[in-house]
Amino acid sequence: METPPNIREVRVMCSGQVGPDMILKAFTAGADGVLILGCEPGGCHYREGNVHAIKRSLLVQAVFEQTPVHKKRVHLDWVSAGQGERYVQVANKMVASVRELGPLTADLQERGAHLGR
Amino acid sequence: MNRRILIDPITRLEGHGKIDIRLDDAGNVASVFFQVPDFKGFEKFCQGRAAEEMPTLTQKICGVCPTAHHIAGVKALDDLFGVTPPKAAQTIRELMHTAFIFEDHLLHFFYLGGPDILVNGAAQDKPCNVFAAVEEVGKAMGDRIIRIRKKVRALNALISGSALYPVCGLPGGVSKPVAQTSRERIVKTTAEALEVAIQVLNFFHEKVEHRQPFKQQHNDPNFSLQTYYMGLVDQKGHVTFYDGKLRVISPAGETFALFPAQAYLQHLKERTAAGTYMKPLYLKKIGWKGYTEGPDSGLYRVGPLARLNVAKGMSTPLAQLEYERLFNAVGEKPAHNTQLYHWARLIEVLYAAERMVALSHCDDLYDSRVRRLPTHSPSEGIGVCEAPRGTLIHHYQTDERAIVQRLNLLVATQNNAGAICLSVEKAARSLIRNGIVTDHLLHQVEMAYRAYDPCLACATH
Amino acid sequence: MHTLADKPKLAFYWCAGCGGCEESIIDLAERLLSLHEKADIVFWPVALDARHRDVEALKDGEIDAVFINGAIRLDAHAKRVKLLRRKARLVLAHGTCAHMGGVIGLANLHSTRQMLECAYRQVPTLSDPNSPLPGDADKMPPEAPLLPDLLPAVLPLEKIIRVDAVIPGCPPPPETMDGVIEDIVHGHLPEKGTVFAHRKALCHECPLRSSKPEKIEITHFKRLFEIHWDPEVCFLSQGLICLGPVTRGGCKARCLQANMPCRGCFGPTEKVDDFGAGAMALIASMMAGKDESELLETVESIPDPAGLFYRYALAASFLGKGVLS
Repeated sequence: METPPNIREVRVMCSGQVGPDMILKAFTAGADGVLILGCEPGGCHYREGNVHAIKRSLLVQAVFEQTPVHKKRVHLDWVSAGQGERYVQVANKMVASVRELGPLTADLQERGAHLGR
Repeated sequence: MNRRILIDPITRLEGHGKIDIRLDDAGNVASVFFQVPDFKGFEKFCQGRAAEEMPTLTQKICGVCPTAHHIAGVKALDDLFGVTPPKAAQTIRELMHTAFIFEDHLLHFFYLGGPDILVNGAAQDKPCNVFAAVEEVGKAMGDRIIRIRKKVRALNALISGSALYPVCGLPGGVSKPVAQTSRERIVKTTAEALEVAIQVLNFFHEKVEHRQPFKQQHNDPNFSLQTYYMGLVDQKGHVTFYDGKLRVISPAGETFALFPAQAYLQHLKERTAAGTYMKPLYLKKIGWKGYTEGPDSGLYRVGPLARLNVAKGMSTPLAQLEYERLFNAVGEKPAHNTQLYHWARLIEVLYAAERMVALSHCDDLYDSRVRRLPTHSPSEGIGVCEAPRGTLIHHYQTDERAIVQRLNLLVATQNNAGAICLSVEKAARSLIRNGIVTDHLLHQVEMAYRAYDPCLACATH
Repeated sequence: MHTLADKPKLAFYWCAGCGGCEESIIDLAERLLSLHEKADIVFWPVALDARHRDVEALKDGEIDAVFINGAIRLDAHAKRVKLLRRKARLVLAHGTCAHMGGVIGLANLHSTRQMLECAYRQVPTLSDPNSPLPGDADKMPPEAPLLPDLLPAVLPLEKIIRVDAVIPGCPPPPETMDGVIEDIVHGHLPEKGTVFAHRKALCHECPLRSSKPEKIEITHFKRLFEIHWDPEVCFLSQGLICLGPVTRGGCKARCLQANMPCRGCFGPTEKVDDFGAGAMALIASMMAGKDESELLETVESIPDPAGLFYRYALAASFLGKGVLS
């Protein structure tokens, strides 16, 4: 199986480094979905970075739930370094999920480019 | 020749508006349209919000009267949770609200509509604004008014965080008691407020009441409207700002309705009109008959003159004397001339000051027990108060987690919306004749709405 | 620098505002009178009788500084601020609405259609699905002037015109307004990009700062009506949400002085773009526990996260771009 071509990888030292600001920036930069992959609980090199990741993704999803942006566009999952096959599986699943939701602009109004400056 | 006159924007009030006057071939007024181009949608976007945030959220409807929204909102929360605040909290809230009305009415008199009658602009070829008003009343009085507003607003900041953005309201009370150590300051400030209120009214009697333009206009039937009136009254039928029942009287002065705010839906309705965002309120039992006056029209008015009209008197002695003086001078009650709003407003300044003094001496004010925690599950709450510009009602429906599901806001100037449009039309029709349009005439057309002290951000929310 | 014949020209204008920012200037009190001596206020609808046509008649760049408050809600607002941008040398975004959209940005969670349907058809005092909407051209009397339309989303000022400086706050403190105006009148113009607030977070000026613990661990966030709290102790340490740590200071902690928590009206600290993201990071860092289902319960104890974290800043966020009708 191959990694789907529409995944842009951004490497971080730990999933705990991925803050809500980064998640939102990814969407602003053009992403239709954000997949955060970390080492499974108990397996964090930095002790509890992945727990931070859980807290943030839960909170971000709770906020998204109230907005037009579908909460499934953000997903946290566990894939550790050696799990190549699992990575492809999880990635494909995310792509399928986001494809079903449609592009982000299906959720959001264009901000009215005609207004310009 | 079909001429069009546009006053855009209207000025010296809160909010956006324009007056569009069309003349016919003979140069007389064919139509007048009072448009309010403003809408924010609080009644939608407050859905889904936590109920305890509503007093500070809804006060963003208006930064001139945030305290009124805060008070109506927190009273709605009391009702929502079925909790009665301790006496200290009621006293604190009433002081905060009354003090706010004191200084907001002075804002209008000095900065907004008041200059229309303070400065006889046409005769003196002067602009009408606060700077000219200061010249007119003299530096000493001007300074005194500016300073007392500052002190009273600082007093409200002490109680509620900021006069611009009060935050202390909670269901069942307020967030913080008033310290005993503040007593001296509060007594002093409120006493000074009373002195200024008396001085301002005396100035009005000596220098405004019998001079132009007030002298002519407050007797001019073109500035009068025969309408119903509504306002809160206490158990004795006196004017009250904080709590009471709503009384509605007919143009002839008979009681038409007396009801608690909880029953407002049985009495009040609103409607939309294409071309403007402001929704006028009207009396349900009579129905909407268009922009017309008289006992068969559902139009009614609120605010200072309306409150004095519906009440049997004032609960404080000096204000009561002034109340009697006004109605003796007019010769009838209810009084219908819109320019009398300016006078009634100053009587309310006096009442507010007297009430502030009384509250400042209340031991309750300084009691530390200022909150009672709710014990009931929330579902629905209605809160009312008299804002400076008229009756204000907040109505919230929540789920059991106190998340707002639906809300309804009936905001002060909305009650006057129909009357404001009619007043402007009536003034324009009488003043603009045979194609003669001057700045002075248009200024007088504007005086027709300014007397109401409209708040159009409130009226459109 | 400025002689009597050469008074600087100022203007104050409101878009979808509430008048609170006007009050922040009126609260200059006696200093407003001295401002009148030193500057020529050419346009200020709340206090003066100048009309739109008077502004239109000015030369480009004739206004030295215009303070624009209120968010961009209507198409007329966008047009008006573009005109003011041309007529003024300096444009200051005055207050939270101009800065970030303000509370009315919460409208961006709904379509404009939904907003209009609610206000003009659904509220119980109306309750009429056939009621006209304000913009219904076929229901308008022929003499009605053109009614401005709602833009698809509320926007902060900088999305429409170039903004030279920002004065945060809902509204900004009058002392700040006084300082900014005074400097401008004396020819000390702010550097481009100036934000007239502290660089650091509100905690630094909070009266409760000495009680803020190093580590805060919360399993269940409490609501303001549920408990009595200690007025001398940091709200967060008592399980009540306060956004002070992620909000710019400069307000003298006025809400804290009234024993209520901060709701973020001054916007994010330097280097943070999205206020809500900062607030989410803060709250996430305070959640105790490791178990996902327990953490979910903790999140669920926050009743309205979007409304709380984005109360003032939704229109400036990617999440507040607006909804398709």
